[in-house]
Amino acid sequence: MLRIGVFVCHCGNNIAGRVRVEDVAKAAADFPGVLYSTTSMYMCSSEGQGLITDMIKKHNLTKIVVASCSPNLHEKTFRGLAEKNGLNYYSVEIANIREQVSWVHDDIDKATEKAIDIVRMAVAKVSHGRPLKKRSVKVTKRALVIGGGIAGIQAALDLADAGFKVTMVEKEPTIGGKMAMFDKTFPTLDCSMCILTPKMVQTRDHENIELLTFSEVEELDGHVGEFNAKIRKKTRYVDEELCIGCGACEKVCPVKTESTFNQGLVKRKAIYFDFPQAVPKVPRIDNDKCIKCGACAKVCPKKCIRYNQKDEIFKRTFGVVIVATGSEIFDDSAYGEYGYGKIPDVITSLQFERMLVAGGPTDGKVLRPSDGKVPKSVVFIKCVGSRDEKKGYPYCSRVCCMYTAKHVLLLNEHHPGTDIYVFYIDIRSFGKNYEEFVKRVQDETGALYLRGRVSRIFDRDGKLHVFGTDTLTGNQVKVDADMVVLANGLVPAKSTRKIARVLNLSKDTHGWLNELHPKLAPVETATRGVFIAGTCQGPKDIPDAVASGSAAASRAMSILNHSSLELEPTIAHVNQFLCSGCENCFMACPFGAIEMVDYKDPNTKKIRRVAQVIESKCTGCGVCSSVCPVPAIDVSGFSAEDVFVEIEALGKGIRKNDAGIKTNGKKK
Amino acid sequence: MAKRNDDLVIAAILCKWCSYAGADLAGTSRVKYPENVRVIKVPCSGRVSPRFAIKALYEGADGVLISGCHPGDCHYSEGNMRARRRMFTFKTLTEFMGIEEERIQMSWVSASEAAKWKSVVEDVLDTVNRVGRNIIFEDGNE
Ligand SMILES: Cc1cc2nc3c(=O)[nH]c(=O)nc-3n(C[C@H](O)[C@H](O)[C@H](O)COP(=O)(O)OP(=O)(O)OC[C@H]3O[C@@H](n4cnc5c(N)ncnc54)[C@H](O)[C@@H]3O)c2cc1C
Ligand code: SF4
Repeated sequence: MLRIGVFVCHCGNNIAGRVRVEDVAKAAADFPGVLYSTTSMYMCSSEGQGLITDMIKKHNLTKIVVASCSPNLHEKTFRGLAEKNGLNYYSVEIANIREQVSWVHDDIDKATEKAIDIVRMAVAKVSHGRPLKKRSVKVTKRALVIGGGIAGIQAALDLADAGFKVTMVEKEPTIGGKMAMFDKTFPTLDCSMCILTPKMVQTRDHENIELLTFSEVEELDGHVGEFNAKIRKKTRYVDEELCIGCGACEKVCPVKTESTFNQGLVKRKAIYFDFPQAVPKVPRIDNDKCIKCGACAKVCPKKCIRYNQKDEIFKRTFGVVIVATGSEIFDDSAYGEYGYGKIPDVITSLQFERMLVAGGPTDGKVLRPSDGKVPKSVVFIKCVGSRDEKKGYPYCSRVCCMYTAKHVLLLNEHHPGTDIYVFYIDIRSFGKNYEEFVKRVQDETGALYLRGRVSRIFDRDGKLHVFGTDTLTGNQVKVDADMVVLANGLVPAKSTRKIARVLNLSKDTHGWLNELHPKLAPVETATRGVFIAGTCQGPKDIPDAVASGSAAASRAMSILNHSSLELEPTIAHVNQFLCSGCENCFMACPFGAIEMVDYKDPNTKKIRRVAQVIESKCTGCGVCSSVCPVPAIDVSGFSAEDVFVEIEALGKGIRKNDAGIKTNGKKK
Repeated sequence: MAKRNDDLVIAAILCKWCSYAGADLAGTSRVKYPENVRVIKVPCSGRVSPRFAIKALYEGADGVLISGCHPGDCHYSEGNMRARRRMFTFKTLTEFMGIEEERIQMSWVSASEAAKWKSVVEDVLDTVNRVGRNIIFEDGNE
């Protein structure tokens, strides 16, 4: 027999302020199957949970409805509580009367009426639901880390140090990410490579880490504990095992072409390393540029050039996945008035960053791309692409205020006496020692910080005429500069979009990967076992990227530490007797979780082909059941019947006449 | 615009990853919208069978909204596109059955689009309001 308990939460004043919770509990008492209903101040508190426990015992309740906040917050809490008290985990339904009622409606009568309807629907659903059993899966003790920037490196090393096997997949020929491009880092001014290279080398040498560079994850299916990945290792045309990284090949290559790593500031060869400390220290032949002259093969002391090398495909199984695919800088061409791409001496922040590097393309000298001279005056423009809904993105990129301060300091250090101007909206220096750093920069360098946006830049008579407004004085200002540096905001990387598609991860309106909860689950995603770290989630500085890498690793360990896990039982099931073998579901399933098998019909004793669910692949999306004409396939927990009873309960709210007679008069 | 009938009821069938979370975010951000929607959560808009829509109208809902993740964002890779194709085909048949096409609508609302959820609800209500209360399945309407 059904013995349902309904527990309506006040949530302090959050619900009770807009919904008459006592009325809801009273109405619920009359719903079919409800034996007991009550309210409590905070259902999730120990008092609230104690009340539920006591009432389960006292009234022998078999099913529970909690009318409270969104199931995304406390469904687990209450289901766990029910399970502890001997009920089936799935015998609890949540009626969402906070996020979807009290917080969005002002009219108390209507809000109460809606809350009652929602509880009625939840009661109907829970009455109909059958007990479900969780599935158990084995956990493969290997992690996949996608992206070898500082966030990915940190995550991989944390996992490997804790004794777990890791495969790191990096799409570029070397790991290191953006950080490998910098000279020094704010606010401490540690040399970027000095703190990064040891970690890069550790990643390469760690006995628990398999490093696949110049590689990409092409396919990923499965579920937590058992993700199956197909990884393509693109050919470098060089034998990675044999190569000793001597660089003889690079010296003799006759081809010169644009260096992306150096932001187009210098040329590289067709066979090249991105930078001297590249990890692994193995060059790559750019096949589009190579003229097959054979010069490199001739000088290679280890004979490791392979012009006929092919891509390799790796198939691996992983228990967890960490995505750390980073970000890109904003494309300045949206700001035509700044002349980026047309005026050679208007450059990006990354180009400037490369110029500052001692071993970089200009040996640490800041030089004008147009004539190779040291600029006497430099203008920095902040918030390029950030905080600008018209041309860029509405958000703040969080690092450009700080890296611009660093640029100012380093420019002054490399070329003392340079006139420096910084156009800003306001200065955001939120981190530890950040405000002090900006203050120090302003004091030491004498840079003129001008509050306002630049409206236009003209290139005339070898000078860049920068026009803007100083919003503090209200004056129009014009600065004649030799060079302009744009402080580009961070934007989601194109390759992050690609990986989001492969992994079915959700993105926000700008393309950043979505975390499960913005505050309480910042590195988890909606897919259990898939985590995000670093700037693929949103703009971050290095300390935050590292922290999120460690956080993701530690969340991943909480899965890898188990030998098996329980999975949601809400997957598809076929009634093979009913199945007509039309193959609709077989064709529709996006996960290849349906196979066609032989089945002996109990009536005709004949063998026919019917559908069968491969449980380990099924995600419970239910596409199969909506294409089944019979219907013979359905999803537990969200079956057509489950939905129908909910809809019927909804209908009861419309026709207040519970006898089920249709009346013309709807709500009274 | 004609004044909206306050008694309209919309059955909103929302996927749990995007649109349901978007509706939740409207709550968290205190974005107010009309009370007339009743939400039914499903794993994916691709799970929504046309039968659900018919059932909701039969039970007396004045309109049905099916909402999922944006194209390309489906948690299950492409369920939302299937939903769109299926509902498109289905809608060409409903008119034939005497069900005004205004009553069945689809939208994409992501987990971060609280304001969009509000405007979707308002738009759906305005559209359904054009055809008024659903009496298709009521006695004496044959
Ligand atoms: C000009 C500039 C100066 C900065 N200066 C500082 C500073 O001084 N101090 C500071 O704290 N922060 C600074 N930052 C911020 C800093 O760059 C970031 O915090 C940091 O680099 C983020 O690291 P990450 O690992 O998230 O991403 P990234 O460094 O972007 O690394 C991502 C990695 O993933 C790889 N990848 C991408 N897609 C895929 C794929 N699909 N498959 C495989 N691999 C993939 C990429 O090739 C890359 O190696 C600066 C930023 C800029 C733009
Ligand atoms: S960090 Fe500074 S420059 Fe960058 S977007 Fe934010 S306010 Fe603008």
